[in-house]
Amino acid sequence: MTDQQQPVDPALWRGLTQARTSRRGFLRAAGVGAGALSLSSILAACGTAGVSSSSAAANGVGSVEWWGQQPETKTLNYANWPYYIDTAHGKHPSIEQFQQSTGIAVDYTEPINDNTSFFTKIRPDLQAGNYIGYDVIVLTNSDPPLSQMIGFGWAVPLDQSRMTNFKKYASPLVTDPSWDPGNIHTMAWQSGYTCIGYNTKYITEDIHSIQSLFDPKYEGKIGMMGIATELGSAGLLAIGVDPAASTPDDWSKAAEKLNQQKPLVRSYYDQDYIKALKNEDIWISMVWSGDVFQAANYQGYDTLKAVIPDEGSMFWTDNQLIPVGVENPVAAMEFMDYVYDPQVQALIEDYNAYVCPVPAAKSIIANQLKDPTVANSPTVFPDAQMVARSKPYYQFKNSQDLDQWNSTFEPIYTG
Amino acid sequence: MEQHVRADLHGIEPQQRHTRIGRKLSPYLMGGPAVLWLVVFFLVPLVTMLSLSVQTCDSITQACQLTWHFAEFPDVISEFSDTIVRSFVYAGAATIATLIVSFPVTYWIAFRAKRKNFFLLMLLVPFFVSFVIRTTAWQFLLADQGIIVGTLKNLHLLPENFHILATGWAVIAGIAYNYLPFTALPLYVALERIDRRVLEASHDLYATRRAAFTRVVLPLSVPGIFAAFLLTFVPAAGDYVNAFILGGTNNRMIGNVIQTKFLEAVDYPAASALSVILLVLMLVGIAAYAKFLGSRTIEEYV
Repeated sequence: MTDQQQPVDPALWRGLTQARTSRRGFLRAAGVGAGALSLSSILAACGTAGVSSSSAAANGVGSVEWWGQQPETKTLNYANWPYYIDTAHGKHPSIEQFQQSTGIAVDYTEPINDNTSFFTKIRPDLQAGNYIGYDVIVLTNSDPPLSQMIGFGWAVPLDQSRMTNFKKYASPLVTDPSWDPGNIHTMAWQSGYTCIGYNTKYITEDIHSIQSLFDPKYEGKIGMMGIATELGSAGLLAIGVDPAASTPDDWSKAAEKLNQQKPLVRSYYDQDYIKALKNEDIWISMVWSGDVFQAANYQGYDTLKAVIPDEGSMFWTDNQLIPVGVENPVAAMEFMDYVYDPQVQALIEDYNAYVCPVPAAKSIIANQLKDPTVANSPTVFPDAQMVARSKPYYQFKNSQDLDQWNSTFEPIYTG
Repeated sequence: MEQHVRADLHGIEPQQRHTRIGRKLSPYLMGGPAVLWLVVFFLVPLVTMLSLSVQTCDSITQACQLTWHFAEFPDVISEFSDTIVRSFVYAGAATIATLIVSFPVTYWIAFRAKRKNFFLLMLLVPFFVSFVIRTTAWQFLLADQGIIVGTLKNLHLLPENFHILATGWAVIAGIAYNYLPFTALPLYVALERIDRRVLEASHDLYATRRAAFTRVVLPLSVPGIFAAFLLTFVPAAGDYVNAFILGGTNNRMIGNVIQTKFLEAVDYPAASALSVILLVLMLVGIAAYAKFLGSRTIEEYV
């Protein structure tokens, strides 16, 4: 790639991140659920209540007055996905820097491997309004839990006065996104692609199509994701359907394609696919763009390679948010905004190599950190061509819609 | 203090130690903690699970309604019958494997070994480490290009596409390895209990070594074998860790499905229905076994 990349028209990104009507749909579903709840009292005894009164709005949590009353605590519990922050000798320089300048001790953990199962685990505490043990969590816009957190009022409205870096430096790609208009509840952590990764030691041909994941040549060496939204979208791309505009008929056709592929597949993974790729148990796999880049450039697996196929790649954004019951909200705000400092973001980005939410980090990575590979990578700072190949996910209209998607794609990897 | 002691000494006669009411209540008081334990950690979850299996839930709000939706059962059975059968086959095969492996060892420890406790301890030492860690270690050791399979491939002793992981054999071996103590201990107890005089008598009656084994030792160890089978088979059939770590696409067990349904799909009714089905199949199996062998042998060994 050349140094001169074409500037991206923000309208292109808009097209990619818009048309998400999900929130209203979820709120409607929430209303239905609350009605159903009152009918059935046995549920309370069984501990599976629907919507609760722990919603932030119901308690004034996140209002200007509420923020005004919050003390400045000196600890922060942050829950993120693995392989997502700069790491050197087992430490995270960006976090150490934050600790030194603010005196806030950060417990940065990586318990999230998959949106739904993480959400399922924290849900009872959210419902009860308890502290879930984390002040910040990171959820993806492509899976239902993010909309549900916002829709149910379990995401604390952010203190807009503590978002100075964000307001100054955030890319148009993550400001005022359709899944959270006005950034009321979230600030992005990173965006990324779900694309194809492969090991050039075993696969000598040039991979450029998603059909390679369905190639009988690689029987037993193919990895797919056991995540309904990801697997379904891959199936849809493979049959030439744009996932965002797909219909239930398309879903069944995609499922058929995926079922035919099943005998070739080694296993359906969540983020542990990267381990299987590194162990050479699989040679080609659905991957998240940054993971493969890190493995190839920093961990010595230099035969691994990630490509955006001709059919396009699913594009998602991971979002930082503060769950209700939070104990250290001020520290949470400080850290969430801190990562939008271009110097800090450059450190993080140079390591994780996902899609950068701070365009100003590019020149720092190129000039100060002297890492042109990352600075000029089209999957880190995407060019127009890359944007054209980025595909948004299908948006679920209501719970029946979601059920149908799940019942179409889940049996492929559960049975 | 002294008075207490003296009172106790005087009270050797039970009639004097207890009041009438105390005597009547004591079995309940002593059983109390266990009853409480069972109610809180067994009965409540069981009833919740049974109730959930006939409810209908909204996948977004997770508001559930008791709709007596029994259709969930035929639905999950038709969808996952292969997986259910596979779970029982894997669990059965693994149990037989543990029996074959542990019988000679426990026999040797019970009849021949000098320092029995030492060897029993040796048998158990690996199991002081978390079984998830041990299973992950196997995943590492048996990786396609790992130190065992990879080396053999480099020496051209194995074809390039050979692999152990992601096969049913890997899952069965993993289960067998992890559940070995559940087989070995009841077997040892049964063998240890065999009256040595009976063996001597068989020799006095000119039984060969082989006849003594097949006609005396083996029949007397049958209750132990069955107890071992039960203790291993029941948890093995519900295991999902081995299939998850060592298995591949076509080696999922019913535990994996239940886990996915509960945590990833958040489909509580289907997950509960599958759990109920597993539970019922197990209970039917145990009841049949009790009928066949008599419930006393279960009480003695399980």
